[in-house]
Amino acid sequence: MTSPYPILAIVGILVVALTLAAGLIWLERRLLALWQDRYGPNRVGPFGLLQVLADMIKIFFKEDWIPPFADKAVFVLAPAVIVVTVLMSFAVLPIAPGIIVSDLNIGLLFVLAMSSLGVYSVVLAGWSSDNKYSLLGGLRAAAQMLSYEVFMGLSLMGVVLLAGSFDLSAIVEAQRHLWFVVPQFLGFLLFLVAGVAETRRLPFDLPEAESELIAGFHSEYSGMKFGMFFVGEYLGVILISSLISILFFGGWLGPILPPIVWFLLKTFFFISFFILLRASLPRPRFDQLMSWGWKVMLPLALANLLVTGAVALAWSK
Amino acid sequence: MFSIIRTIWYVLLHMFHKRVTVQYPEHKPYLSPRYRGRIVLSRDPDGGDRCVACYLCAVVCPVDCIALQATEDPTGRRYPEFFRINFSRCIFCGLCEEACPTYAIQLTPDFEMGEYHRQNMVYEKQDLLISGPGKYPGYNYWRVAGVKIGGKDKGEAENEGRPVDLHSLLP
Repeated sequence: MTSPYPILAIVGILVVALTLAAGLIWLERRLLALWQDRYGPNRVGPFGLLQVLADMIKIFFKEDWIPPFADKAVFVLAPAVIVVTVLMSFAVLPIAPGIIVSDLNIGLLFVLAMSSLGVYSVVLAGWSSDNKYSLLGGLRAAAQMLSYEVFMGLSLMGVVLLAGSFDLSAIVEAQRHLWFVVPQFLGFLLFLVAGVAETRRLPFDLPEAESELIAGFHSEYSGMKFGMFFVGEYLGVILISSLISILFFGGWLGPILPPIVWFLLKTFFFISFFILLRASLPRPRFDQLMSWGWKVMLPLALANLLVTGAVALAWSK
Repeated sequence: MFSIIRTIWYVLLHMFHKRVTVQYPEHKPYLSPRYRGRIVLSRDPDGGDRCVACYLCAVVCPVDCIALQATEDPTGRRYPEFFRINFSRCIFCGLCEEACPTYAIQLTPDFEMGEYHRQNMVYEKQDLLISGPGKYPGYNYWRVAGVKIGGKDKGEAENEGRPVDLHSLLP
């Protein structure tokens, strides 16, 4: 079911994903304002939409400064890593039937692997900045993303068991009669929490925690290198939102409207939910975060996998 | 756990609340008459300068943004030769208004003083003077003060008796 024009799909997904990532800045500011009884940016262009353009022009003209004490090669490489790994994951996302870059038969594993590689970006950024706040941020990011990745993968295994495939298109097709959110509700919740932690969004933004670590791993970054971290973060939000809609809410499946519209609607809903989380929840302490991950979420994910496996086994008999 | 979900729900409900932002250039906020904005120099009801150039405002100003030079007209009335307020320094504290003995210097509910050049923030006397008496209509310092100026001798002010000839008090 790979797209007949792979180049077209690649360019299309790349352009749309990057544009959406930029547009998300506007969306986030408007939605945050909505939930904080404000208006948000509404001056530049219709509904303030051109604010994104203004911000981009501004950030492109900022001084691109590399601190003299930084490890230059790694410092420059780090922001690229996060964008590259997240964009790689987009290659296996089935947007709609036929709109997919590569219909990999281990698509889900590929996404998990790429999100693991994304940790390098943050850790290397923190390390190469040669700044204690950045290093602390990098350390936190490493610990947080590694421990939340464990049950992120485990929470998805229930879906894989039910669908019988790692192929994301096959997983969507398996939900034609029942969205996986119903049999896998616990898995959905676990993946949601892990996804927020994986993208380092609030309330799990401990690696950057402005109030404690200034800006954590990207304290020393400026100009478009700093911008790359943000593009990577917003791309990550889009990625996790689309994964949630693909794995638990039937991806492109839905009545009347064309498949791509359904996919975008579901993804948009979860992006908004991510922003709502940011608007409402405070940041936990780091030890709370860790003990939650290992003592609550991991056992729950294992139990979920065990029960799902048992039921699936009994069903198949 | 429940409280987290409740928090999310309450924040979501804020969608339907009234916005607190005032869309400024389109909707101007109400400013009370006592708002401390742009400083003006008022005139007395007869149209003369109220300011008697006593320097109290310049002395009390915590950021030293007021500069003036006193002089006298042929009738003996003191008035400022120049009166200059540097609004790029002014903090709009209103101490000058409190210090002024003649109600000459007053703060008004106007804050739209943006300029592209810093020099334009320095207001001279002709920029500061307004044509009316401001917040204190009817008050004229020279008419109630017991100071002798041209056209008004001692004891001719309002509510003032004739000066007593000390020699008449001798036993």
